[in-house]
Parts: sequence; C-alpha cells; structure tokens
Amino acid sequence: MKFITIDKKDWAKGIDKSRKTYQLFGPVKDKNGCKIKALDADVVPDMDYHESVMSAKSVLFPQTETILTTSLNEAVDDHHIMKRAENTYTPRAVLGIRPYDAKAILLVKMNFDTDDYRDPYWCDAYEATTLVGLGITKPGPFDFSTSVDCGPFCEEGLDILLADLDDKFLAKVLTPKGEAYAVACGFETTADDKESQALFDILRKEAEKNISASIETDKLSEKVLLDLHEAPFWDDVAFSCINCGTCTYVCPTCWCFDIQDEAKQKESSRFRNWDTCMSPLFTRHATGHNPRGVKVQRVRQRFMHKLKYFLDKYDQGIMCVGCGRCVKSCPVNIDIRKVAHTMNTFEKKD
Amino acid sequence: MDTCIKKIRELAADLLERGEVERVIGFAKGTIPMATSPIAVGSKQEIEKLVFNSTCGLNLANYARKQKGKIAIIAKGCDSRNLVTHIVENQIQREQIVIIGVPCSGMVDKFKIAALFKDEITGFEEADDTLTVSSLSLTQTLKKQDYLRENCSLCTHKNPVLYDVLAADLMEEQVLENPFPDVDRIEALDPDDKWQHFSDLTKNCIRCYACRNACPICYCPTCFVDEAGPQWVGKGQNKTDVDTFHFLRAFHCAGRCTDCGACVEACPMGINVRDFTRKLNKDALEFFGWEAGLDISKRPPLDSFSPEDPNDFIK
Repeated sequence: MKFITIDKKDWAKGIDKSRKTYQLFGPVKDKNGCKIKALDADVVPDMDYHESVMSAKSVLFPQTETILTTSLNEAVDDHHIMKRAENTYTPRAVLGIRPYDAKAILLVKMNFDTDDYRDPYWCDAYEATTLVGLGITKPGPFDFSTSVDCGPFCEEGLDILLADLDDKFLAKVLTPKGEAYAVACGFETTADDKESQALFDILRKEAEKNISASIETDKLSEKVLLDLHEAPFWDDVAFSCINCGTCTYVCPTCWCFDIQDEAKQKESSRFRNWDTCMSPLFTRHATGHNPRGVKVQRVRQRFMHKLKYFLDKYDQGIMCVGCGRCVKSCPVNIDIRKVAHTMNTFEKKD
Repeated sequence: MDTCIKKIRELAADLLERGEVERVIGFAKGTIPMATSPIAVGSKQEIEKLVFNSTCGLNLANYARKQKGKIAIIAKGCDSRNLVTHIVENQIQREQIVIIGVPCSGMVDKFKIAALFKDEITGFEEADDTLTVSSLSLTQTLKKQDYLRENCSLCTHKNPVLYDVLAADLMEEQVLENPFPDVDRIEALDPDDKWQHFSDLTKNCIRCYACRNACPICYCPTCFVDEAGPQWVGKGQNKTDVDTFHFLRAFHCAGRCTDCGACVEACPMGINVRDFTRKLNKDALEFFGWEAGLDISKRPPLDSFSPEDPNDFIK
C-alpha cells in the first residue's frame, strides 16, 4: 500500500494515457442525471457528481448480457451447439466509483463466486476490472452507509481510494491492481505514508460525522425467521407498493437475473437480463402456479432476502450498503430503513 | 392546499366513525423531502397520518380496485377522472366508493426542482403558493406556479368531476387556447427528428415498468410484455424491444389516458413518458371530441361505434 498525489491538472492526461490498455468507465452526466457508463475516447469522468440514479453494478453485470451463441444453420458443423459468447475481458477501470458501490461488488461476489460455482461471465469481468473509488466528503441525506459496516471512505472492494483535496487527488493505492493502474496513468508522485493516512483519517471522520441517516439491524439475527415471515405488518408495508422493479434495478447489491433465448434468422443467442423479485413472472412456474402470486409475498421476499435470509446464510451483515438509492427512487417512498426498524423491533405475540 | 388537509381528516374521520366506509385511501407523509406514500387508514387514531400537498403526484385510482368492503378515496381532478374510467370499465362499482374530492392547484415537478440544486434536497416546505426548498448548501424560495408538472400546468380539470364530499371550494378552471403546445412542438419536427426525439426518450429506460404500474389505466391482469407462453416481446435492453413496450403501452391508453402524469412521476430515470400518450389524447379530442373520464354514462370512443365517428380514412 502506498500514497500518490495527483495534481488535477494532470488527471485528464493521466487517464488518457491509461486508455491505451484500459477500457474506462465512470460517471457521466446527461439531462436525465448521472450514470456510470463506458467512457467514449474524448469523455473525462465527472468526478464532481453527487449522485447517480443507477449504481456501478452494470459494469460487471450488464442489464442485458449475451452469454452463449450458436448457429441454427445446419450446413455449419457445430450448429445448435451453444458456445460461450465472444465477450472481451481486457482490462477495464471504473473511475470515481462510490465506496458503497465497491463494497456492493463484494457482496455480489458472494453469489457469483462460490466454492461450488463460479459464474464465468461475472468473475472474468471482475478479474479484469480495477476499481478507483472516490471518497465521499459530503455525504447526501440518503446515505446510511456507516450503519451497514461501510461508509464514505470505506476501502473494501477498492483498488485505489481517492480523496478530493480541491486542486489535487490524494490516492491510496490498496492492491496490486491499483498499483498497475497508477503506473498505466503515469501517476507516480508518492506522498508521505503517515501524513497521508492521517489526512484520510480526518476526512473519513469528518464525512462520517455528516451522516445522520441510519438503519437499525442489531436484533435481526436473533429473530426467528418464520416469525418474521408470518408477521402481520407485511400487508401494511406492501399496501402502497406498485410492484415495479425500480428498487431492485437501482440497488447495487441485487443480483437476480433471468435467462432468455432469441434467434434472428440463423443466429441464436442466449442472454441474461436483470430480473426483479417484484415481478410476478419472476417466480411463475411453467405449470402456471406461482408461489409468490400476490404482491405482499413479493414485497416480503425483497426485504426478507436483504435483511434476514442473507444475514442468516452468510453472517456478514445485511445485503445492503446504505447507498439510499431505493429510498430515493421508489415511486411510493417505501423506505428500507423503516421496514428494517419494523422487523428489528418485531415481537411475536403468543 | 395546506388548509384542505384539516377538512380531509374531518371528512375521513366522520366516514370511519359512522361506519360508512372501512378504510380511507389517501396519502401519507414521506420519509424524505418531496415524497408521499399512498396509505389506507382504517381507524380514527390513524387519521393524522393523512396529508395532502403538492407532492401527492401519484394517482390513487388503482388503489381502489380489489378492495374489500366500502372504501373512501381522496381524489384530485385527475384521480376522479380515473375513478370514472374504472367505473365505466367495470373495475369498481360506484356504490363501493365514497369520493372525497380535492380541488387541486397542481403538483410540483420534482425533477425540475432537483435540477436547481447541485446537491440533494434536504427540505421542502410549502405555504400558499410559495415553496421553500433546501439542500445542504442552498435554500431557494420558489413560486409554485413556475414549478408545476407540465400536465398540471396544462390541466383543465383541477376540480374532481365526480365526488360525494368536497374537501375545499371548487376552483376556477383554466381555459387554454391551445391545450397541446407540447404535441405541436413534436409534430413540427421532420420525420427523422421526430424519430430521434422518441428514440432519445427511451434511451435511459431500464424497463422497471414503474410508468406502467403507476398508471391507473394499466391494470391488465397480464401485461403484453409479461406474456410468457408464448412470449410476445423480447425482454432485453434491445432498443426495439424497449421501444415496443412504450409505443404499444401508449396505444393501449388511447382515449383512456387522463394525462394524470403518474407515469412521469414514477419514472426513476426522468423520462417524459407523457410524450408517448399526448398525441393520442389530442387525436381523441380532435376526432371524437373526447376527454377521458368525464362521464360515467359514456364509453370511451375506441370502445364503441357511432355512425358519426370520423371516417375520412375511407376513400
């Protein structure tokens, strides 16, 4: 681990240099807000953005991703035999990713990269990706990341953490991947370790002080799963829900997907799309039976998965990094903090 | 508008107390600024939860469907028109609902207000026609009239068209020389630019279907995009499939859309979903003299035949 100082005047030049070997992703503003997306050759990431409606999860887990292809032309030798799509996994770097989005990638990794199964598409993308985070000096009102073991300067999942010091960035290089990226940019002005760390500590503490939002989860692990499942409050929680997929799509930790096959003339492809547990189609069986056929079951599923099943299964906290995107984007203001409070304080009546 | 909440609560309490309805559907205060949440209150103790302000932009009509027993519902002009549509389309029975009508001075455009700030909004207050909006770095005083949603600024049915009780005095309706300036702007484009306009519109769509699910007339048990056996529309982010969803949904709303703006209100990506439906509303008015949801005794024009229907297309 080391510290590097990057003069902001050299920033654009440096990242330009890295484009030779890295595909760059980063925040870009348009009239509909800010998105984390692949940067065109002449686009510099907007490092001053204060929020992005969508998280950075799509860099590793695109909303639609072709995974297998085949030819339906019987004159071709291996027709109808599905082969892995020719996606490229050359190095890529995400610039200006929020620390909570990087931590979210680690949570998603627990699903895509296990002892039993390795999702080749996600894992190959993950291995090719360097995450250059930007510490949040002015957390927004919806940020409750400090109450879920994350925070505005959380380093988990990042390869480099940047601190914005007005005219320069102070970079904390955390991994060999991060080091390689700094070299590719030609950023090499090292800074004093002790002083830099002290500065990071001050910035982190200042930023954390400005976070007033929080989520209450301390008693969730003690609750009996079926008691929560059968609790009477779900009807009230679900009443306003319109069952859209907004919360799941804006969430950096929601990883569910659906597989589809499509053919165009003689070319066929299999791809996966983000899916949402809010949709009745998510669980509908081929028989027509739907184990989560009504809205309240689906709403319960989302919160139980995030706040209880995940916690019980992995014992690594809840499946939430406190970015607050679902709170802000929900058309009917269903607030995960309020639901967590309801679950956390629930006592079964005998 | 802030004074009518007192009256709304009185009326709701009275209906519950007299046992005339089992629940009252309205809006509750949100957990963040500029947000409200639909709620059903069933007891006098819960009445205080009801609020009404310029951020009650969703349409409540769909919450009245499939309710057990008799319910009361708070209805702005547009909500009431969608209740009429629901009654005409047999989704609810007139005797099943008590409509608490609220003459509405319009809802605010959250995206337009958010665009005034560099950081996120932390406070929103309104008094009469003045909005006080603040972020961590800035406080702005705004005239509500300048920040209305586009559909509200073009609204000619602020007063509920069907109600049992009223929470405030009826308002004077505005008369517009041209109710469709937005459609005119698009119609004036040449075909390529027009295509580009609609193409750009769906560019950021994430297919969360919030527009559809917030829409009071989108109540099909299975939407065409959710048909799975066989599947009707591709489910990926392919542009053709995304556009197909928006175009077909709009056509399914033809002659039924009340321009309540719930689709725009719900879209997390800031897409002006109304651009798809507005031309159809204009056609309904020009060809059939029709505005949706004004009369429970009339069926929508594409749902009925009359010899007087325009037939210029037959040559």
